[in-house]
Amino acid sequence: MIPILFFFFAGLAIASALLMVTHKNPVYCAIFLIITFFALAGLYFLLGAQFLSVVQVIVYAGAIMVLFVFVIMLLNLSEEVRLPAGRRFQSGFGIVFAAILGVQLLVIAAAGTRVFGRLSGDTPVSGTVERLGATLFSTYLYPFEIASVLLLTGIVGAIILGSKKLPKEQ
Amino acid sequence: MNAIPLNFFLLVAAVLFTIGVAGVLVRRNALVILMSIELMLNAVNLTFITFAAKWQTLDGQLFVFFIMAVAAAEVAVGLAVIISVFRLRGTVQVDEINLLKG
Repeated sequence: MIPILFFFFAGLAIASALLMVTHKNPVYCAIFLIITFFALAGLYFLLGAQFLSVVQVIVYAGAIMVLFVFVIMLLNLSEEVRLPAGRRFQSGFGIVFAAILGVQLLVIAAAGTRVFGRLSGDTPVSGTVERLGATLFSTYLYPFEIASVLLLTGIVGAIILGSKKLPKEQ
Repeated sequence: MNAIPLNFFLLVAAVLFTIGVAGVLVRRNALVILMSIELMLNAVNLTFITFAAKWQTLDGQLFVFFIMAVAAAEVAVGLAVIISVFRLRGTVQVDEINLLKG
């Protein structure tokens, strides 16, 4: 059962990520990215990270992507126009560099079948709320507090950037 | 028990990260570039959780937790910047925003 689920989620994630990168309309890009996040939540669940799987759906597929879709609606974007003919080489360079990086990553990841071992049938680590919380509020207490300050800074920064008056509006 | 090798998860993460890099390099819409960055962050999260399962420890999962917090803050500020740029220039195509170009 687990291999079937793995290949289903992995294929779904990769296919919708590819569609996300190639689709011209930003709204469809956002929807394909949401599908990718759901598939990744399934992969997290297979790896025994139950809590993070739920958080992935709530925070990424919920909060962050709603923000994206909201901004897309707000800006009333048109479809992406193609580059003028003389400047297509930018896209070519991008694909070549990404392909080089991809080959390197694949070689590294495929090197260690013996090194990395297999996912055993019973759940390896149960990332339940209880165990994660116990570690988060003891070992990682200071990073937790710093993360809260970071989120506060992000809120204040977003409000200031978003509500700034433009010169012509004043 | 036909178990999956753990490096299959790493392969998926590598492929997703590469797709994200390609998106950042190829796309010209600032919103889609931000989405590609989110995809790369998620690929790294998958790697963290894979290694947490490999070493039977929770530290990797907690790092993912913090990455999610940082990603949320990053998206909020990034989208605010994109909205200000759109109000100022009327576009979010990154190669038309070239005020600093010499």
